[in-house]
Amino acid sequence: MINEHEIIETMQMFNSQHLDIRTITMGISLMDCAAPTVEESCNRIYDKICKYAGKLVETGELISKKYGIPIIHKRISVTPISIVASACGAKDYTPFAQVLDKAARTCGVNFIGGFSALVQKGYTNSDKILINSIPDALAATELVCSSVNVASTRTGINMDAVRDMGLIIKKTAEATKDKDALGCAKLVVFANAPEDNPFMAGAFLGPGEPECVINVGISGPGVVKHALEQVRGKDFGTVAETIKKAAFKITRVGELVAREASERLKVPFGIIDLSLAPTPAVGDSVARLLEEFGLETCGTWGTTAALAMLNDAVKKGGIMASSYVGGLSGAFIPVSEDEGMIAAARSGSLKLEKLEAMTCVCSVGLDMIAIPGDTTAETISGIIADEMAVGTFNNKTTAVRLIPVPGKNVGDSVEFGGLLGTAPIMDVNRASCADFIHRGGRIPAPVHSMRN
Amino acid sequence: MNQEKNTAVVTVLGRDRVGIIADVSRLLADYGININDISQTILDDIFTMVMMVDLKDLIIEESDISDKLTELGKKLGVQITIQHTGLFNAMHTI
Repeated sequence: MINEHEIIETMQMFNSQHLDIRTITMGISLMDCAAPTVEESCNRIYDKICKYAGKLVETGELISKKYGIPIIHKRISVTPISIVASACGAKDYTPFAQVLDKAARTCGVNFIGGFSALVQKGYTNSDKILINSIPDALAATELVCSSVNVASTRTGINMDAVRDMGLIIKKTAEATKDKDALGCAKLVVFANAPEDNPFMAGAFLGPGEPECVINVGISGPGVVKHALEQVRGKDFGTVAETIKKAAFKITRVGELVAREASERLKVPFGIIDLSLAPTPAVGDSVARLLEEFGLETCGTWGTTAALAMLNDAVKKGGIMASSYVGGLSGAFIPVSEDEGMIAAARSGSLKLEKLEAMTCVCSVGLDMIAIPGDTTAETISGIIADEMAVGTFNNKTTAVRLIPVPGKNVGDSVEFGGLLGTAPIMDVNRASCADFIHRGGRIPAPVHSMRN
Repeated sequence: MNQEKNTAVVTVLGRDRVGIIADVSRLLADYGININDISQTILDDIFTMVMMVDLKDLIIEESDISDKLTELGKKLGVQITIQHTGLFNAMHTI
């Protein structure tokens, strides 16, 4: 029997601590949409997405009404388009991005992810076409998100792809410069990309996934921060216990929504992704949560340790609450989407190098970071290479979502609006790494990949 | 999913005033919703009333009950929500 105290606690989580279901993401396999012509393939893609996801938004709204839970986004993830389009013979995949955009609009979802390629060991012809199409595809669409997996612990790092992605990010920035390089906010470079991640911009439906699946991403840094406020001055054991309990409750909400959505849509439930994903709203910040550990500003000494502990305790609470915790599950540290991170970056306490260290222990990587527009493609590739090494050699997912904003420099900032927030331009080490990047080839897989 | 009873929790948050319980109860009665239990408390200076209700055959998401409660809340200057009990069971029981 639930008691009054628990009811009030729940109400406060929704009312003042910004607990929400960030996204119900429907994964749809497009494997059977491959066709010999672009037109035929795009028709199949459009019809299939609309058929499967036609009721997704409505279902999300009904569940939201039943339980009084805010469900912020409904999204779709699809099979990497580099696989689906490989038979069509086209030299440019922009039409595929456009049909994804159109299908997403018809279904009324907020984003669609899967303009993607998995190239950790090398390129297929189709992968190459897809990657070269990214700048135009992101400029021509609004709801489409793109991701490229360039490294994994099993295969090592595809340095050709790392080199190319530096250039693609620059081109995407240029192609969307009238919107302050907004295209780059929808483009992620991954190491060890999870195939069931419901969060954007990195969501796609991996080749090992079912025909159709419901994955739910849940957030709630505010809830964890509030819980920690009640144990100020207590030791780390108490802190860990407190985070675990909060994470447990948050995950249960996600599980409830996922199971109900799965039942209503008659689509299997995949995973819950319990990620502390901040929004620019005050009280919904991971940086402020880290500061609650006892740090004056996010980015100072102790930040990495606090984040490591937070990330771990969140997972431990989550796996007790649901048997199917997957995706990224942990703490996100995007800069532009987090009020506290923005403040820390502006104050000079949080620098790119510290963020890199933090990505060793958080669930993703260098995320939503605006850098000067004149940063070279090689330097961007160098940042990607370092971040991919962190993921590959530590057996974890890492990602890079950098925004080189044309015409802007340190001291400026960019406004993306909505969940994407505001990004102060951060300083970048300008010493050249061009010779390193132009070597090409692959960085071999680390020794601990040999697990068989 | 649990085949649990069709019950819900109605919460009222805000400033206390005469007649809140009467108004909320009347609205619930119009929908044939039975109140099983009421408790109220002051938390952080906010008046909080929690009602455990039996929905019988009413399906929250298919009725306009939550809109009507929100509307009433606006009139009374408080926040009124109705949520299926499944949420609280999921979060607070192992």
